[in-house]
Amino acid sequence: MPRRGAPPEVNAGSMADIAFLLLIFFLVTTTIETDAGLDRMLPPLEPPTEAPPIIKEKNIFTVNINKNGQLLVEDELADIKSLKEKAMAFLDNGGAAKGTEEYCNYCMGKKDIASSDNPSKAIISLKNDRETQYGVYITVQNEIVAAYNELRNRESQRLYKRNFTDMEAEYLNPETSDEAKAVLKERVKKIQELFPQKFSEAETSSGN
Amino acid sequence: MSKFSKKKDGDIPAVSTASLPDIVFMLLFFFMTVTVMKDTSVKVQNDLPKASEIKKLEKKDRVITIYVGAPTQEYQKVFGSEAKIQLNDKFSSPSEVGPYILQERAKKSEDLQNVLTTSLKVDREANMGIISDIKEELRKVNALKVNYTTYEGIAFDNLR
Repeated sequence: MPRRGAPPEVNAGSMADIAFLLLIFFLVTTTIETDAGLDRMLPPLEPPTEAPPIIKEKNIFTVNINKNGQLLVEDELADIKSLKEKAMAFLDNGGAAKGTEEYCNYCMGKKDIASSDNPSKAIISLKNDRETQYGVYITVQNEIVAAYNELRNRESQRLYKRNFTDMEAEYLNPETSDEAKAVLKERVKKIQELFPQKFSEAETSSGN
Repeated sequence: MSKFSKKKDGDIPAVSTASLPDIVFMLLFFFMTVTVMKDTSVKVQNDLPKASEIKKLEKKDRVITIYVGAPTQEYQKVFGSEAKIQLNDKFSSPSEVGPYILQERAKKSEDLQNVLTTSLKVDREANMGIISDIKEELRKVNALKVNYTTYEGIAFDNLR
């Protein structure tokens, strides 16, 4: 059969409607997942074979949380809002005398002999009750991490004129180029050595 | 005739909507590509706490998720209102966490098996006892890298 002219144009006017329908479907079903949080390392289970190192009492900063969400910091009842400040004062203390091996030349704390010798010796010990609320626990964790981050940022600003948290985020970002990463890795490591996160969590107590 | 009277050149031409489908399709493709279909439905209340010092979990394929919280309304009759652990699609006891992690780890390709992170999505009303049990189990199977998944915000809001 001979063709009579061109076939009739298909009406594309409803295309937008169909596309809108699909668009709305995907808009509604999309969930932006929460994918950020506090990173922590758990201690390995095997007890070390050598004897535990002897740690001076003054190098340990104890934080106890009870089941009502109250805090006992260094054996004194404390408000959670003051925890960051207290932790920073402890970490940044640098109590070792000048000339000794443990002297801390970048610390800006009070140099109190009764507090920590050096940031690399300072340990924060956290203990919580089985009935402590998770929200409180996260707040305490957050405050302690914030204390470390603020001190690290200070040193990072001094040495590299940049915040440590920015550098770390850029280092962990998969889009950063390898050359940039190599530089950042060294810097991040250096800062981490100045203020290492020594953070111990005791087994939870069941009674209180 | 007034000097200021408008000239009438006939009607304003209609705006062409021919490119509207193109724009909509563009948006459509954007949402299609960024959409992640949820593979598990969360059966527990999951109001995460807030924190400010957070780090992003960059790679989805390196994450194993554990949900903890009180069962939602429809499951409360059967499972009670105590906080429970949800692994994949079912409620579990703390002792099942270890085998679950091992099983999930075995599913991943070999080069990823050592860099896995366990993401703990815990309701802020949950008690620490159950978290301690999970942490103990994780240590037993040597899954030491954990991420307490939170929302971004001011941490003191958790205390309310």
